[in-house]
Amino acid sequence: MLNSETIAVAMSGGVDSSTVAAMLRAEGRNVIGLTMQLWNQRRLAGHEGMPESVQGRCCSIDDVYDARRVAETLGIPYYVVNHEERFERDVVRPFVEEYLAGRTPIPCSLCNNHLKFDQLLIVARQIGADQIATGHYAQVAFDEQLNRWLLKRPADKSKDQTYFLFGLTQEQLSRTLFPLGGMTKPEVRELARKHGLVIAEKPDSQEICFVPGGDYKRFLEAYLNEQGNTSADVAGEMVGGEMVTSDGKVIGEHAGVHNFTVGQRKGLGVATGSPLYVIQIKNDTRQVVVGKDEELYSRTLRARRVNLISTAELRQPMRVAVKIRHKHQPAPALIESAGPDEVRVTFDEPQRALTPGQAAVFYDGDIVVGGGWIENSP
Amino acid sequence: MRRVYLDNNATTPVLPEVLEAMRPYFSEHFGNASSIHHHGQGTRAAVERARESVAALLGCRAAEVVFTSGGTEGDNLAVFGVMNHGVMNHGLARPGDHVITSNIEHHAILNACKHLVAQGHEVTYIPVDGRGLVDLADVKRAIRPNTKLITIMFSNNETGVLQSVAEIGKIAAEADVYFHTDAVQAAGKIRINVNQIGCDLLTISGHKFHGPQGVGALYVRKGTQLEPMLYGGSHERSRRAGTENVPGIVGLGKAAELAVAGLERGDLRMDDRKMAAARDHLERELLEIEATGLNGEGAPRVPNTTNIYFDGIEGEALVIALDLKGLAVSTGAACSSGAIEPSHVLLAMGLRPDRAKASIRFSLGKQNTAEDVDFALGLIPETVARLRELSPVYNKAASSELRAASNQRSARP
Repeated sequence: MLNSETIAVAMSGGVDSSTVAAMLRAEGRNVIGLTMQLWNQRRLAGHEGMPESVQGRCCSIDDVYDARRVAETLGIPYYVVNHEERFERDVVRPFVEEYLAGRTPIPCSLCNNHLKFDQLLIVARQIGADQIATGHYAQVAFDEQLNRWLLKRPADKSKDQTYFLFGLTQEQLSRTLFPLGGMTKPEVRELARKHGLVIAEKPDSQEICFVPGGDYKRFLEAYLNEQGNTSADVAGEMVGGEMVTSDGKVIGEHAGVHNFTVGQRKGLGVATGSPLYVIQIKNDTRQVVVGKDEELYSRTLRARRVNLISTAELRQPMRVAVKIRHKHQPAPALIESAGPDEVRVTFDEPQRALTPGQAAVFYDGDIVVGGGWIENSP
Repeated sequence: MRRVYLDNNATTPVLPEVLEAMRPYFSEHFGNASSIHHHGQGTRAAVERARESVAALLGCRAAEVVFTSGGTEGDNLAVFGVMNHGVMNHGLARPGDHVITSNIEHHAILNACKHLVAQGHEVTYIPVDGRGLVDLADVKRAIRPNTKLITIMFSNNETGVLQSVAEIGKIAAEADVYFHTDAVQAAGKIRINVNQIGCDLLTISGHKFHGPQGVGALYVRKGTQLEPMLYGGSHERSRRAGTENVPGIVGLGKAAELAVAGLERGDLRMDDRKMAAARDHLERELLEIEATGLNGEGAPRVPNTTNIYFDGIEGEALVIALDLKGLAVSTGAACSSGAIEPSHVLLAMGLRPDRAKASIRFSLGKQNTAEDVDFALGLIPETVARLRELSPVYNKAASSELRAASNQRSARP
């Protein structure tokens, strides 16, 4: 580990990152608190489908106020850094474009890759910190035999956030601390109380931070409305199409592929005898393919834009467990290289609802081998 | 850690004489200046002495000085006071009244103008050139039969650039239009005379020239028709209701006296000539750093301010890095969370957004010394170098410029 004096803590105003700052301060480390201003909640207020005053969590004045109070309590310097432009370019636009292309995106991973462990780490280093610490539940360690930095699952498996961190590079991991990796959430809250932090009882945030109330459809509509719907920078717009069965029979219409996620049952707008699920979303023809539950299962997938962590390359096929969504129980599979930055995953047992846009993350026990983005066609 | 403060356009420290002057007015002389008894008479006299001191700073009559809570209130009172005059008789907003302003004003003016538009008034924003100056011909052309007010700032808070307010005053007088100037960043730094400017309204704020925060004044030329913003008692000749902030007003008066003395004689501390010399030294040395430039070059400026861009860096990161090393400077305008947004002033001057975000404001005060400037000059070059070394943008920009240069060379016969 780098022998560095100064650590920048990414502070959101929540209990996890606040406790990280308190822990490092108590260890006598030189701590600087940083909060990223990423999105202006008021921006979409009054646009299509949004109320005049929007209550969202992301970068709200209240959260910044909380983070500032904590920094004050701890006696550490604290600054807010503005990354709104990068956040919109690297997280919000891809989020919108993915939905319009019939995929189901994970903005948190993009934010980690492009903002927290890229932009914020650059700022941290520029202002004299060599490392960055966050409140993620994950562990990072250097393996001398492999000569690589490893990302590992945390002690509290119920809070495991490694699924969102698979994109971290060796350089990023070498400069990152996850001080909560060995703790459980109740222990973290207890520690926050012990340090007298005002946010000790603050509820956890679950939803996508920039989508108020978790209603992504309303967010998409408001964002496209704000962009004038014809913005050349946004790849498409909300275009309807046919709803078809897997054998090609047209059974209805839909108002836009962004309304659907693979595996979805509710809100299909077609009535049939047996329950129907979204099996596939065809971006080129704008068709939504529906079918029976058993049609949702498949054994293979292709992961693109793969980042490998515990190994530099996949020379031979490897036995791992693969997680295909945040709440998925990792399933045994074989991974093998399928071209530059691409990996073919073959599960032992068919898995339900492999969803394009989500990540496939490969685990060897608690160690994250790597991960990539699930593509349309296996 | 040694700390040096070069952000005096944000606020200045209260000078010891100012604090001393204020001290008796908290518990010893505590009377309400409106009371008829001994206690009230004592503070009334202090308020009126302060009014005379402010009048001396502005070259106006004491009766034309209205005390306010600061620059924002002064600007708002000027704008809404003129535009909404007669509201008690006619109701709000006779449609079609027109205001002329510039697009580099402080938000106290810009957001007040936004509100005027919502009320049904019209606003014209005069652009500035690359130096940050409005074109007088544009101001003249913008005048319409229904124009009621021109409000254009004296000195810009970010660049220190001075507008030709006396010329604008003439244009306003010829057109028989009210003229307000926001002189918050000019007061105490250069001489101000409301008659030379020819303005009807002029805003100042105490804490920008070593007075206390939370007090300011609006000059209102005799006869100017102004609707108050606060309704209540008949304080300040019914221009501004509310019990006077006596200690603040006394402090403002003392700061005005010291400013006049400083401008006229040069006192023991940094007078404007010494300040200009220190600023020029700082500026010259900083411009020696590669890929830097001066914002507002070629325009007249107040003697305490310099605004410089350092290509390839985020001004935000430089401000934080310098603060952690003990030097306080600033960039752009902070939004409600405290994050920095690209300066509307620099964008209006035509700077590329990345260059606007790479710009830093240094502003000196009377308390600063030549050693303070040396301290800053000892820190900034190495800090800028570190930021650039770690900036993917700067390295790319530098190498692409090199590529462009070598392409040019190879293209030559």
